[in-house]
Amino acid sequence: MGGNVGYQLDFSVVWDALPSLLWACLGTIGLAVSGMLLAIVIGVGGVMLRDSRFKPARWAVMAFVELIRNTPFLVQIFFIFFALPLIGLRLDPTPTAILALGINGGAYAIEIIRGGVQSIGKGQIEAGLALGLHKAQVFRLIVLKPALRAIFPSLTSQFVLLTLTTSVASAISAYELTSVAQQIESNTFRSFEVYGTITVFYLVMSWLLMRVFDQISRRYFSYPVK
Amino acid sequence: MAAANASPAPASAQPMIAMRGVEKWYGDYKALTDINLTVASGEKIVLCGPSGSGKSTLIRCINHLEPYSAGEIRVDGTLLGDDRKTIDAVRREVGMVFQQFNLFPHLTVMQNCTLAPMRSRGLGKAQAEAVARRLLDRVKILDQADKFPAQLSGGQQQRVAIARALCMKPKVMLFDEPTSALDPEMVKEVLDTMISLAEDGMTMICVTHEMGFARQVADRVIFMAGGAIVEEGHPAEFFKAPKHERTRKFLGEILGH
Repeated sequence: MGGNVGYQLDFSVVWDALPSLLWACLGTIGLAVSGMLLAIVIGVGGVMLRDSRFKPARWAVMAFVELIRNTPFLVQIFFIFFALPLIGLRLDPTPTAILALGINGGAYAIEIIRGGVQSIGKGQIEAGLALGLHKAQVFRLIVLKPALRAIFPSLTSQFVLLTLTTSVASAISAYELTSVAQQIESNTFRSFEVYGTITVFYLVMSWLLMRVFDQISRRYFSYPVK
Repeated sequence: MAAANASPAPASAQPMIAMRGVEKWYGDYKALTDINLTVASGEKIVLCGPSGSGKSTLIRCINHLEPYSAGEIRVDGTLLGDDRKTIDAVRREVGMVFQQFNLFPHLTVMQNCTLAPMRSRGLGKAQAEAVARRLLDRVKILDQADKFPAQLSGGQQQRVAIARALCMKPKVMLFDEPTSALDPEMVKEVLDTMISLAEDGMTMICVTHEMGFARQVADRVIFMAGGAIVEEGHPAEFFKAPKHERTRKFLGEILGH
């Protein structure tokens, strides 16, 4: 294009910055994995509360899911980072990012996991109860694994999305790939090379994550079904 | 009812199951009407009747898979109320076998059998597995212990389900149409297992249309219709001379007379 005539690609800046970019990838992976773990805890806990007998708990979970799924992630992370300190809760950027990712991913995980739980036949639950197991044991020991198996592909794509969403945490300067790339870019003005490179890095990380999930699926959900 | 008086005297003073005036409502629909049923320890009952007659609902009340609306149910003397503790305690003593087997698909046959004894009875793994091996052997399926349910035939799955229930060492076994979902060639292996269980003195209540099994095993056959017990009696009399028209009609249909 006319305006860019004469732009010469120069990957030497990327090469020089490679160590810090690779370290930043670890930061991204750290955020993503911590966020996923928190999301799973929120997801499983939320499903148990969502279907409990205690009505206020059910309403609270429903309200939480609606609130998180219908507001932008950027606003959520800003709220935690800038608004909560005003009521005395001050977190550093990285814990803020993990919390926001976990809460956001958790809200989606609740809906996904709940779908899996509902796919489990009533007979399974009755068989567990008839054996003298109580409700929480039935959920944990009988319902959960087949439910997770049923929704594992959906959960995987949600978690890939969560991994890519870590880049939003650059808005509060959490330590991750996009924010490190922004610094390098603002020092070198090599936008094409820097953002081109991290695009490839994100692609590789997503692909690796899917491989990891595939292995988990093979290991834990490989029992035969009809 | 005259037939009820003809049933054998209870082996012990305290009945294993005592239902008095039990009713069950689903909203406006009355599923069970004034059920009075006493089952002695070691007694074998066969419950039959047309579909929707309330026989499954009746046995599901005994382990509180269905809460009952009125009346009283005692299991081995324990009044079955609404509190979790009593319900769990009763369920530990009452085994149930379902029409659809309901084995846990993510657990091996062995794990299906040891789960509840370990988690509900507090048995150690080695102990639970020893019990499971003995009972799997008894239902002649020990060689499949490491397989998953989906790798077994229907008849094999139902035998595992029987072993799984027995692993809790229940005092009573409830069977809810255990052979209805099976291919015809697999019915016999399940019935044989139930017959051998009966011969060992287990207290059993079986919802089934297998009248041959009823003739061979039952101490009493109970006929239900419209949510009520219509007639009961020793199988010899029950099949030869049913007293009620509805019973005759049902037996005519089921036995193809």
